[in-house]
Formats: sequence, C-alpha cells, structure tokens
Amino acid sequence: MQYLQILVNGIVLGTLYACLAVGFSLVWGVLNVINMLHGSFIILGGYLTFFAWHSFGIHPLLALPFVALVLYGIGYATQLMIINRVVSEPVLTTLTLTFGLDLILYNFMTVYYTATPRRVTLDLGVLELGDIFLPVDRLFGMALALLLTGLLYVVLRGSRIGRAIVAVRMDGAAAALMGIRVDRIYAVTFGIGALMAGAAGAIFSMVFPITSNLTGDFLGKAFVVCVIGGLGSVPGALAGGLALGVIESFAGQFFGPQHAITVGFVLMLVLLIVKPTGLTGIKGYE
Amino acid sequence: MTPTATRLIVFAVWVIVLASVPLWAGNYFVRMAILIAMFSALALSWNFIGGFTGYPSLSTAAFFGLGCYVGALSQRAGVPMVLAWLVATVFVGAFAAALGAIILRLRGHYFAIGSIALVEVTRLVISSWGSLTGGGDGLNVPLVQGGPDAVARTFLAVMLVIMVIVFAVTVIVDRGRLGFGLRCIQQNEDAADMVGIDTTRYKVIAYVLSALFCGTVGAAYASWTGYIDPTDTFSILMTIKVPVMCLLGGAGTVLGPVVGTAVYMLLEEVLWANFLDYNRAILGAVTVLLILFLPGGLLRIDYRALVARVGARSRPSGAAA
Repeated sequence: MQYLQILVNGIVLGTLYACLAVGFSLVWGVLNVINMLHGSFIILGGYLTFFAWHSFGIHPLLALPFVALVLYGIGYATQLMIINRVVSEPVLTTLTLTFGLDLILYNFMTVYYTATPRRVTLDLGVLELGDIFLPVDRLFGMALALLLTGLLYVVLRGSRIGRAIVAVRMDGAAAALMGIRVDRIYAVTFGIGALMAGAAGAIFSMVFPITSNLTGDFLGKAFVVCVIGGLGSVPGALAGGLALGVIESFAGQFFGPQHAITVGFVLMLVLLIVKPTGLTGIKGYE
Repeated sequence: MTPTATRLIVFAVWVIVLASVPLWAGNYFVRMAILIAMFSALALSWNFIGGFTGYPSLSTAAFFGLGCYVGALSQRAGVPMVLAWLVATVFVGAFAAALGAIILRLRGHYFAIGSIALVEVTRLVISSWGSLTGGGDGLNVPLVQGGPDAVARTFLAVMLVIMVIVFAVTVIVDRGRLGFGLRCIQQNEDAADMVGIDTTRYKVIAYVLSALFCGTVGAAYASWTGYIDPTDTFSILMTIKVPVMCLLGGAGTVLGPVVGTAVYMLLEEVLWANFLDYNRAILGAVTVLLILFLPGGLLRIDYRALVARVGARSRPSGAAA
C-alpha cells in the first residue's frame, strides 16, 4: 500500500504544480514571453498571505482574493508600461528584461522580508483513509488549486475577455483586425499570469514553508510543467503538473529525494528533444 | 586606418592597461583586473553563439562550472596545473559538441529553456555526486605556491592570455567564412540552409566555441580561488550576467563584449561599494534600461549623430529658426 501513498502524495503535489505553472504557461503561449518573474510572483503572493495572517490575523482564504488582485495589478502595469515595448523582440530580449525585473523584485523581497522560511499553520489535522495519511491542509490546498485552475479554464472558455485572449494566442494580427486591442490583451494576460502565481503562492504558504530562495525552484517547476504539458493550455498544464508531481514523488522514493528534481529536469530535456510541443501538443485553445 | 586596425589597437591598449594594474595599484584592483579579464573571455565566448548566431544560449554557467570541476578533479588526481586546464578545455568542448548536436535542433524559446535546464541538470548532478565531487561541501584545489601578490600576478597573466586567445579567435571567425555563415543563420536560418550553408554543423561549431574557453576559464578560476562549490560555480546569475555584458557592449561585434564587460564590472563595483543591500536591484534596473533604451549596445550608438543632436540643441533657438 506504500505505492498508493506515494501516488496520492504525487497527485496532491501535482495539482499544486499545475496551479503554479498555469499562469506561466498562459503568458508563454499568448505573449511568447518567458516570464522569469514568475517565481518571484509566487513568493510575493505567499509572503503577502503570510503577513496578512501573521500581522493582522486574516485567514488565508480571505486574504487570497486580495493577494490575487494585488498581483494582477502589478502584472497588468508591468506588462502595459514595460514589457509591451519589446514584446515582439526575440526571446533573448524579453527573457533578459523579465530577468532584470526579477532581480529588482527579488532584491526588495529579501531586504524587506529576509529569507527566513515562513509558513501559515492552520493545524487542520490529518485525514486517515485506510493506510493513506493525508494532512488536511494539503487536501485543502489541492482543492483550492484545482478550483482556481478550473476557474481559469472557464474564464478562458466562456468570457468575452477569455475568448479575446484565445484569439490573440491563435493569431495576433488577425485578432487586431477584428478590433481586439492586442496590447491591452497582453497586459490582461500577464496580469492573469501574475494573479495565478500569487494565488499559487498563497496556497503554498499554507502547505509548505516558503522563502525567497525558492523563486528559482518554482520557476524551474514551471518550465518543466510547460514542456511536459504543452504551452498555453489549461488542461495541458494540469496534465503536466500531475505528471511531474507523480514522477517526482516516485523518483524521490526510488532514487532518494535529492534526485527527484534532477529526474524532472532530465525528463524535460528528453521531452524537449523528442516532442517539443508537449504531451497534449495542441496549437490553439480548446 | 581601417576599422579592424582601430579595433585591434583599442583592444591592445586595454590589455596593456589591465596587465599593468599590479604596477600602479594594490591587490584589490589586481583582483578586479583578473575578474574583468575572466568575464571578458566568457562574454567573448558567448558572443559566438548568442551574438553571431543569434541563439539565446544560457548555458555559460554549465560550461564554466564543468570546467571548474574537471580542472579541480584533474589537479587533485595529480595532473599538473596547466595540463589540467587543457583537460578541462577539451572535456567541456567535447561535452558541448555532443550536447549541441541534440539541443541545437531546438529553436527560440525552447532552446533558451533547454539551455537553462542544462545548467540546472549539471549543477544537480555535480552536487548529488558526493563521492566524486564532494557534493555541497565543495572541493579544495591544490594551492599555487608563492605569496598572494605573486599568485595574483600569475593569474592575471593567465586570464589575460585566455582573453587574448578568445579575442583572436573572434577576429578570425568574424572575418572568415564561418562568421559569414553564422550571421546568415542569425538573420534567417531557413534561408541560410537554402543557399547551402550546413546550418547544423555551423551551429555546433559556434556552440562548441562558446563552451571551449568557458572550460579553460573555469579550470583556471578553480586553481586561482583554491575552493569551488556547486552553488558558486553553476550560478544562474552568471548565466544571465555574461549575455548582459555582451549585449551592453553590442552583441555580434568584435569589441562589444570587451567594452560591455568593462563597463558592467566597473558599474557593479561602484554599486557594490555604495548600495550593498540593493546592488541586485540596481543591476536589474541597469538590465531593464539596457533592453529598453540601448538595444544595440554601446558600440551601436551613432555617436556622431548624438553629438550633432546635442550640439543642435545647445545652439540658441533663434539661429535654428
């Protein structure tokens, strides 16, 4: 039954990965920008949630919408004022730009919050299902991650703005001809990317201790999930996240936890070479 | 004077200035000169793949780190120092050739991601292979005999020699068939393929050139500092710092990486000294400003037009009307 426990751990982890990566995937897919800021956005969301809880006693669930809104604002403004100026340049330009922005954000976070690991402790107990142990806060995080990812799917599929984003992703020039203001859609998309990162950070702060040193790790996870699942699609990110979570969980068991990350990266390199479109490999949105 | 001759003279003067630092300044500045020479060599190396070929390669830190470890391990196994550097160079070159053949099939964003992943994978492998590399505890390298002054002078000479070699290769590539082919690939890879350039071969050569001297520099760095560890040698910061230096001067130019490195290092020095807490943020700001307002680098600015414009502005407005 040990394997079942590992599988369950992997699935829980996987949904968190999916939520973490879906915003990154959306930005990459629609804007064609590799957002190096994503890791810092996640940590910023986590910190804001933690301090709301720690300093003002606000429950994380209550803080989450506000944190997400703040991140949306930051993302929207960043894209509109800075990144939009070079958004059609080659990858090196946009990547270096977002990396520069990341250095700034990261620096301010380490100065103001220091790199001490922090965590919201909810003490919800542990759920026992037969032989399987599941801390309730993790289960809670998983449900929240699934809910948010699902919400994004619905918004992209159903809402006016969602359809506009999908249209821009499929063909920016044609979308512009149809009267869509592409630069605004870029800003909205980047804002949603930041929003999802902030929400993922808020969830993470309830489940694991977070510190600004983790930004690189989170960014790395987003890379891997995107390559496994394919770009800019919500189901793809979900599939990629779950695959990575389960694989890491089993790899940690068989090769030792220190090799779990390596296995993820090696898998990504192999997939990049064999099938660069990702497992789901679809071009537009569903 | 031809443009090439001007470039060569500027470069020669700069090398002489760096080489003469021990004569007129203390050890602190000698250390800085060594770092400038070292990063110049790295930036010139990156220029082959990132500048000439236009591939967003972010694997510099992987090559540098591997060079460090191969050099250090060879030295610990009893290989003489200079020979160990050569071993590291050859190893890293072979590594890049084997990997390049695979990874260079990717383009654009996927190549960028793949090359970053390379840094992560090599770092993780090195840090988890504790029995060979000492893992996270790092590795001691046999120290060079002599006092700190003599050691610093030796390594200044070594780094300068490496920098001069890379520069010489850059000049040769720039003027030769290879450079022409790489520039064609940079402009339009499919068209280059169409007119008969063996794009795969050219790209692999450029990738290997971008890696080769990173290996040498890494091994020399390991001998210089006497201690290496995975986080220090495979740093993601370095992997982006080197391209930024190159872009600052002007990617794809011969002198650009050297100019960019010098400006960047001096800037960084001033920032470290004055804003210890915020130096990263300021470097980030420099990067952002560079991308937004100086996309071609310092060497691509039309200085004559700039002077003319400033001159026109300072003239009394009546004369202009």
